[in-house]
Amino acid sequence: MSVAVKLEDVHKSFGAVEVLKGVSFEVAPGEVVAIIGRSGSGKSTALRCINRLEKVQSGVIEVCERQVNDAKLDLRALRQDVGIVFQSYNLFPHLTIAENIMLAPRRVKHITRAAGRALALEKLAQVGLEEKIDAYPEQLSGGQQQRVAIARSLAMSPRVMLFDEVTSALDPHLTGEVLRVMETLAKGGMTMIVVTHEMGFARRAADRVIYMHMGTVWESGSADILTNPQTPELQDFLANEL
Amino acid sequence: MTYQLDFTSLGAYWPQFLAGALTTLQFTLYATALGLVIGIVGAIARGSHVGWLRLVAGIYVEVVRNTPFLIQIFFLFFGLASLGLRMPIFVAAVLAMVINVGAYSTEIVRAGIESVHPSQIEAAESLGLSRFQIYRDIILKPALERVYPSLTSQFTLMMLMSSVTSQVSAEELTGAANNIQSVTFRSMETYLIVGLLYLLLTLLLKAGFWGLGQVLFPRRRRLGTVL
Repeated sequence: MSVAVKLEDVHKSFGAVEVLKGVSFEVAPGEVVAIIGRSGSGKSTALRCINRLEKVQSGVIEVCERQVNDAKLDLRALRQDVGIVFQSYNLFPHLTIAENIMLAPRRVKHITRAAGRALALEKLAQVGLEEKIDAYPEQLSGGQQQRVAIARSLAMSPRVMLFDEVTSALDPHLTGEVLRVMETLAKGGMTMIVVTHEMGFARRAADRVIYMHMGTVWESGSADILTNPQTPELQDFLANEL
Repeated sequence: MTYQLDFTSLGAYWPQFLAGALTTLQFTLYATALGLVIGIVGAIARGSHVGWLRLVAGIYVEVVRNTPFLIQIFFLFFGLASLGLRMPIFVAAVLAMVINVGAYSTEIVRAGIESVHPSQIEAAESLGLSRFQIYRDIILKPALERVYPSLTSQFTLMMLMSSVTSQVSAEELTGAANNIQSVTFRSMETYLIVGLLYLLLTLLLKAGFWGLGQVLFPRRRRLGTVL
């Protein structure tokens, strides 16, 4: 697999509003890509198209050798390959942390309850929350909930992880604990696409940065573009961001 | 006004009182179990993408909730009988209760389903769960946990309303009381006893629902908070 994720001239509209106006980029296996840009630039929409939470009008999206835009796509298989973490965590409130994590492995991969619990413990260790295994989501802080959400995604052994502004609802302290988990994950070789407003994270962890503006990839390159932007729009964006 | 309460003549009728109370309880248990099933199916139908399913469920709910229970029983027992469709009193009474409580349960369960945020479903889809699994694990379970108090009070109300089935001669608690007081002429005492028995049944039912809730909803048991 030379390309984990590929978008080619992707167009997406919500009603009359065209949100993606020909977006193209590629992500290699093991690569960490940060997508930055203003609200409304289409970065979250582009991310959500990758595991088909949004359907696109035209263009090619290829994820782990699957054509996402194909009518014959095995959607559930795609979603086993692609994990996603949301801004609002979206843990299941009626289930314990262990049950949140083992639900999909048990239902989709048919592992036993004991194996599921062992898996939950292993993934919780990865995000530093083993002691919360029997708690309920409402008993956790936002940062802890988000780390559980990451563990829940990891439990399905995805080949690509998507992060949709996962720290936007958190204060700086809690943001730090979530970003550290993500940086460890990045160092471990996980293919990651991270929509974020955290320029520090992009600088430290991203192999590549994509700046989206008005529904297109406006500028992209190594994290150096954050200190040495080529377009006035990115310059302007970074000046306001810092 | 001097009225001397006298329960002595009623002593001989304890077996009838007890049999009536048991019948009421039996009616209620059937109505609760089947009504819950109808409530879940009805709520799913009301939220369905299939137009005619939504319509059928909607008509069912509106017709039942906007007509008197007594008329519903008369229709089932006397109305259908004149079409040649006769059923035993027990069946007619339970059927009327199931149809009635099913409609109210449909609306209650639907409220619970609508309280599940779309982002929950998105998260479940993203984990690769099937539509059926999402409905069962992510929508219905928290929906039922949320509306459990409303559902159980509806079922309790149904038990009290089952007294209306005495109008088609069902031998439940009220029916038994009617018979006893017409023989003993001790109306005051009879209905006092029956009132107390209903109160006891209600408390029994409430305790049962509470216990069931403790088993079904471990989150509520452990945290004591509403979902």
